[in-house]
Amino acid sequence: MKILVCISNVPDTTTKVKFIEGNKKLDVTGIQWVINPWDELSLTRALELKDDPSNGIQLVTVAHVGPLASEPTIRKALAIGADDAIRINADPSDAYFVAAQLAKIVKEGVYDLVFCGIESSDFNGSTVGGMLAEFLEYPSVSSVSGVKIENGQVNITREIDGGKEIVTVPMPVVAIVQKGIAKEPRIAAMRGIMMARTKPLNVVEPLAIDSLTEVVAYEMPQPRAACKFVDPENPRQLVELLQNEAKII
Amino acid sequence: MSVLIFVENWDGKFKKLSFELISYGARLAEMLNTTAVALSVGNVDNGELEKLGKYGASQIISAHNDSLNVFDSQAFAKIIANLAKQENATVVVLSNNNTGKAVAPRLSVLLKAGLGAGVSKLPLSIDPFVIYKKVYSGNAFSNLVIKTEIKVLTLAQNSYELNETSNQAVITKVAVDWNADAVKTKVIEVQKLSGKILLTDADVVVSGGRGMKSADNWAPIVELAELLGAATACSRPVSDEGWRPHEEHTGQTGKIIAPNLYFAIGISGATQHLAGVSSSKFIVAINTDKDAPIFSAAQYGIVGDASKILPKLVEAVKELKGK
Ligand SMILES: Cc1cc2nc3c(=O)[nH]c(=O)nc-3n(C[C@H](O)[C@H](O)[C@H](O)COP(=O)(O)OP(=O)(O)OC[C@H]3O[C@@H](n4cnc5c(N)ncnc54)[C@H](O)[C@@H]3O)c2cc1C
Ligand SMILES: Nc1ncnc2c1ncn2[C@@H]1O[C@H](COP(=O)(O)O)[C@@H](O)[C@H]1O
Repeated sequence: MKILVCISNVPDTTTKVKFIEGNKKLDVTGIQWVINPWDELSLTRALELKDDPSNGIQLVTVAHVGPLASEPTIRKALAIGADDAIRINADPSDAYFVAAQLAKIVKEGVYDLVFCGIESSDFNGSTVGGMLAEFLEYPSVSSVSGVKIENGQVNITREIDGGKEIVTVPMPVVAIVQKGIAKEPRIAAMRGIMMARTKPLNVVEPLAIDSLTEVVAYEMPQPRAACKFVDPENPRQLVELLQNEAKII
Repeated sequence: MSVLIFVENWDGKFKKLSFELISYGARLAEMLNTTAVALSVGNVDNGELEKLGKYGASQIISAHNDSLNVFDSQAFAKIIANLAKQENATVVVLSNNNTGKAVAPRLSVLLKAGLGAGVSKLPLSIDPFVIYKKVYSGNAFSNLVIKTEIKVLTLAQNSYELNETSNQAVITKVAVDWNADAVKTKVIEVQKLSGKILLTDADVVVSGGRGMKSADNWAPIVELAELLGAATACSRPVSDEGWRPHEEHTGQTGKIIAPNLYFAIGISGATQHLAGVSSSKFIVAINTDKDAPIFSAAQYGIVGDASKILPKLVEAVKELKGK
């Protein structure tokens, strides 16, 4: 069995984003790039599954659509423990473009289980995983908080409104993961970092695909009005404000 | 032409979010000079379906087949895509909830329609079709052009006002001619939490952070929530510590919510926490540290010790509610 983990490369979540060129482009100066938090957890879970020989997983590959500049993020995934990596050499222009590229990789590599994150913290698209599954005509399970392999079958826990459901689908399948898939992201150890340098990182050229959407401008959020402070000895005043001023309770 | 609005049901019933979707779709149809068509998949009776008309749907399509009692994103996307083609839909609207997030990207591929995920307002313009959406976890917004003829939008929950109309809707039942094998998802087990207000549905949320000090101090938060008909929530370290269940964790890596009122009690207001709650209409912060970042996101604040303030706040709310 083979697992593919799709990883996106995003600014560290504490980044104060700024835009340049008339609010058309992200200012990348000083940005720390990291593996999208969900993808780090997917990778962790994929490696946990591989660690148990009874699951019969031979290979965990990571795939990324991005330029040369994102290779440090891919190397980090290799250092954490992925066996090999594929980089599709293109600027990820939109989710449709990215998913189409990944679909080709999945088909050619014959992966049984594909992990995507529920959203990447840059464009907050929540899109690539579902699109990828549809390009491949594979089943997909979303809002996934657990993946187990039992008797050669994949059992997936997914969140539903007000609870959880354990489901199974025939493989190959795309699992779109969220909180719970793994506890803590696995950290690269020194040995892993050394080994990552020699692990295969294959670069492939993209398919020509037109994007369906395009960001034309960015805006900063509206500044909030200053906070109104209430006397700590008299919280009743807060209740009055919520009732009479905000008219919310 | 039409705007097709997919409305999910919960055991045959709709909820506020369904009516938000119809209100939004109807207004969008007006902008586009076309009609709003609601699509319900599943077993819903006419009385319930008629409610959708009240919010501006002029036609309601009700599709059902027993194999669809299990949620399978591939099967649902196929049905919605077929009906979108049949109805000549130019825009398909879904919720940005678990179901919508699972189905919308598939629809986008099936219809070759650009997707705008998590919109919170109407398009900024129709030609070109420009939507406004959150990016960088709420630290910025983008103007996104959808270049395709057909568009798919998912609407953020609790972001669009309900709008009642005097509309009369026509209900059409369609049989889903369906091969049950097409539904590949098999449910092994369901674990439901009963009787709780869903965090994602709640108008008011009372949330506690590490400043609450221990799991034993949660009683006033729960009491305040009960008095206000609110859901309870928490910051990530609180669920990591096991003080509160994981379902309550809000933020970038937990639930993303947009209630009318959010109480942040003993929560510092880290960017990752705010990423999940900054769309709340009002935020109230209670914190001992007057410089805590949460106060920059809040409209109302109390600087002080939550363990002293909460009991007084609970009393004040009790008085208000006449209890
Ligand atoms: C990749 C990543 C993702 C993350 N995702 C999330 C997420 O989704 N959600 C999330 O919440 N966090 C998330 N975090 C963690 C986040 O960075 C913060 O560490 C976390 O939000 C802090 O939780 P807190 O405010 O409860 O605790 P603290 O930061 O410890 O704050 C406690 C606050 O309580 C106040 N306080 C202390 N005593 C009292 C008292 N007696 N009365 C009143 N106030 C008091 C303090 O002044 C302080 O402001 C994430 C971090 C990373 C790196
Ligand atoms: N450029 C990319 N390369 C590989 N995988 C990606 C890329 N962008 C997004 N993904 C995957 O899709 C998930 C959701 O991203 P998005 O749809 O952009 O919110 C991410 O968590 C990744 O698993």
